[in-house]
Amino acid sequence: MMDRIKELAKSFGLPRLIIAGFLMALFIISPFAGLSITAAITDVAGRFGQNALMVLAMVPMIHSGCGLNFGLPLGIIAGLLGATLAIETGIGGPVSFLLAMLYSTPFAIIFGWGYGKLLNRVKGSEMMIATYVGFSSVAFMSIMWLILPYSSPTMVWGYTGQGLRTTISTEGFYYHILRDTLAIRIGSLQISIAEILFFALFAFIIWAFLHTKTGTAMTAVGSNAVFARASGINIDKQRTLSVIMSTWLGAIGILCYQQGYGFVQLYQGPMYMAMPAVSAILIGGASVNKASITNVIIGTILYQGIVSMTPSVMNSLIHTDMSEVLRIIVSNGMILYALTRKSGASR
Amino acid sequence: MSEMTKPLLEMQSVSKEYNGNPVLKDVSFTLGQGEVLGLVGENGAGKSTLMNILFGMDVIHQTGGYGGKVLIDGNEVKFASPLDALKAGIGMVHQEFSLLPGFTAAENILLNREPQNRSVLSLVFGDRANTIDRKKLQKEAIDAITKLGVELDPDMMVSEMPVGHKQFTEISREISKSSIRLLVLDEPTAVLTEKEAEMLLKAIRNLASQGISVIFITHRLQEILDVCNKVVVMRDGRIINELDAGKTSIQEMARLMVGREVSTHPKDDDRAGRTISDRIVLSVKDLWVDMPGETVKDVNLEVRDGEILGIGGLAGQGKLGIPNGIMGLFPAGGSVMLNGSPIPLNNPRACLDSSLAFVSEDRRGVGLLLDESLEWNIAFPAMQIQEKFLRMYLGGLIKWRDQNAIKTVTDKYIEQLQIKCTSSKQKAKELSGGNQQKICLAKAFALEPKLLFVSEPTRGIDIGAKSLVLKALREYNRELGVTIVMISSELEELRQICDRIAIITDGSVSGILPASTPSEDFGMLMVGKTRKEA
Repeated sequence: MMDRIKELAKSFGLPRLIIAGFLMALFIISPFAGLSITAAITDVAGRFGQNALMVLAMVPMIHSGCGLNFGLPLGIIAGLLGATLAIETGIGGPVSFLLAMLYSTPFAIIFGWGYGKLLNRVKGSEMMIATYVGFSSVAFMSIMWLILPYSSPTMVWGYTGQGLRTTISTEGFYYHILRDTLAIRIGSLQISIAEILFFALFAFIIWAFLHTKTGTAMTAVGSNAVFARASGINIDKQRTLSVIMSTWLGAIGILCYQQGYGFVQLYQGPMYMAMPAVSAILIGGASVNKASITNVIIGTILYQGIVSMTPSVMNSLIHTDMSEVLRIIVSNGMILYALTRKSGASR
Repeated sequence: MSEMTKPLLEMQSVSKEYNGNPVLKDVSFTLGQGEVLGLVGENGAGKSTLMNILFGMDVIHQTGGYGGKVLIDGNEVKFASPLDALKAGIGMVHQEFSLLPGFTAAENILLNREPQNRSVLSLVFGDRANTIDRKKLQKEAIDAITKLGVELDPDMMVSEMPVGHKQFTEISREISKSSIRLLVLDEPTAVLTEKEAEMLLKAIRNLASQGISVIFITHRLQEILDVCNKVVVMRDGRIINELDAGKTSIQEMARLMVGREVSTHPKDDDRAGRTISDRIVLSVKDLWVDMPGETVKDVNLEVRDGEILGIGGLAGQGKLGIPNGIMGLFPAGGSVMLNGSPIPLNNPRACLDSSLAFVSEDRRGVGLLLDESLEWNIAFPAMQIQEKFLRMYLGGLIKWRDQNAIKTVTDKYIEQLQIKCTSSKQKAKELSGGNQQKICLAKAFALEPKLLFVSEPTRGIDIGAKSLVLKALREYNRELGVTIVMISSELEELRQICDRIAIITDGSVSGILPASTPSEDFGMLMVGKTRKEA
């Protein structure tokens, strides 16, 4: 009996068990701390819908052996370009969301292509390089946001009439475009079906892609690049393709985030967006070279659960703001743990 | 040396096995003071294992120790680590240099044993603060070099030295230890030019005359005749013969090295039933391959339709470079024609497209997706190259992996090659070496190639699996008429299943003989002599 429990625990993974246990504990404590369980669930569900796509953006690059996509900010920037261009057109409503997706796609493809070429030159240290690709692209775009000739009054600084503001409201454009569609409302509980379906659509596309010939080749490149080369696969091409896919998913991911969050955050906004996504997929049980859609789903729920539950429960229990500290420990600790794990690091 | 003195080193029926595979059986020999013992044998004959035992290497302890006794001066010793062996006066010079490139010869020779001066600081910080006595260091280094009897500038940087001088530095380091009594040289001349090798041989004689015993491992048999007092020939973990170097010949040693004297050729009848046309399937001209450790310099080969061609030779001579180069895994040049049409080099895809397939010697590195299922391993190349095991949707736009077809083909090969596994979903890394090798074969068979390169198919697998693998290859050749080029370090294995065998020496073909030729002749080719010279 003990053995079977151990076996089960092993297959699920000890870190996941601890985090899931902690999350359960938070849910159990919350009524006693005077918090509403339904509000908590609403919050977690909303955050899941907002963030899951950016976690999914990790998957293609992990499969092709490019490691974790620490360069997610690059994809986010493609999304931000799409978002600002869509708002610039002035068309509101659901169409603006489609336009944003449409506009961000070419940017994502071009950025991803260059980013992929770069990663092909630094095989073996992709993740470090990716981190700096993310950081430096954010810095570069911080200049560009000021210079680019945007003119929509909803976006530019009021006193000069040029240069984009740091936060732009999506109100009147695609604010809650998915969140409020097909939403289930029971009392204070609200779960948005459209958001989940939107994620499910992309998750299905990735799942299906990994079952095709090209997807199989991509996974083989990540599993053993020499084997793939000996089987006639063009490794660099597969890797570049995976980076483009990841970058594009990042772009779509941030749009999905914006519609739920309500704001487009420019300048330093994308800077640390990669960390929560990386952390989430690792909590979900992925390693540096293996990841599945299940990892994405479990990881996002656990990570966002911790992040949204700890502040409220902690604050109301000890009346001190411990939330940020805990969040940093969980997300960075998880990254550290996963990167040092032997099975994860080996190619 | 009188009869009364105990021999310096004595091995008494030493044996060793790795995971149940015996690699050394009942090895006994003695070595007197000032004697030079030549140790010869094919790769895998057990020479390095024997030396590892002598040195108390960790790999021996970790795999369950050894049987028998090692005696020094008549007392049994069991070295727990190489350090103990060094203390007992045994020095070893490896094939790979372990020198600091940015240091001079003298500094390298006395590394970590530098003569020291005490300084004021030493009173406070202890010996760590001692300074190095440069003059004495220089003197001791020169002493060691003189003892060796070679010309070597003690102030020369190792990074600027020719290979020969590096070798001398390394040997000087060993003999600068005052306690040194026995020196083991593992193929020291392999990297040297002829002149340097000559100097080294002179140095060995010099050392012997000063009472230092030497165990000299080499593939160059002439050198054995030149410097050794006696020769120990090893094969398959046994000492085949102990010869007096003065009374033997290269021919005799070569014969003992490679072969059981198999007069009746196995499977003669089987071979007779086949017709091998004279049509050339694959012709290789002026091939060079830049594969580290297995450089191919200039290979010309012709492979006939339907035959099994063996490629043999000692390790490091370039035999492995040939298939790796043709299949585009390492930079290569020259011309390769398959059925009269040229195969572009440095392009694995083009080779696979023209119905060549390759089973790599590096199973775990190149041959398998260790973390994936057997199904993936077997079906992957055929799926990618020939679009097998795929279902097409939307007019071929979507190429969906056909899980059922993959499972069927995997199960077929699991049964056919008797692969031991729990299911076709098992991960490749969980299989034993022999079964992994069968997966590699299945992978190549699934491609249905016209010509198959198989590199070291029996390396590191047990005897039972070995014969199964060889049988599978033979059947594949007989039943489907597939031409096979098999590369192996084991000559006997090649003689069993091949029609002709090419021997590679120093990056080019030193001769091609029918497999029925006595193994002695192959031995001569391996050590770089043509039949005429011998």
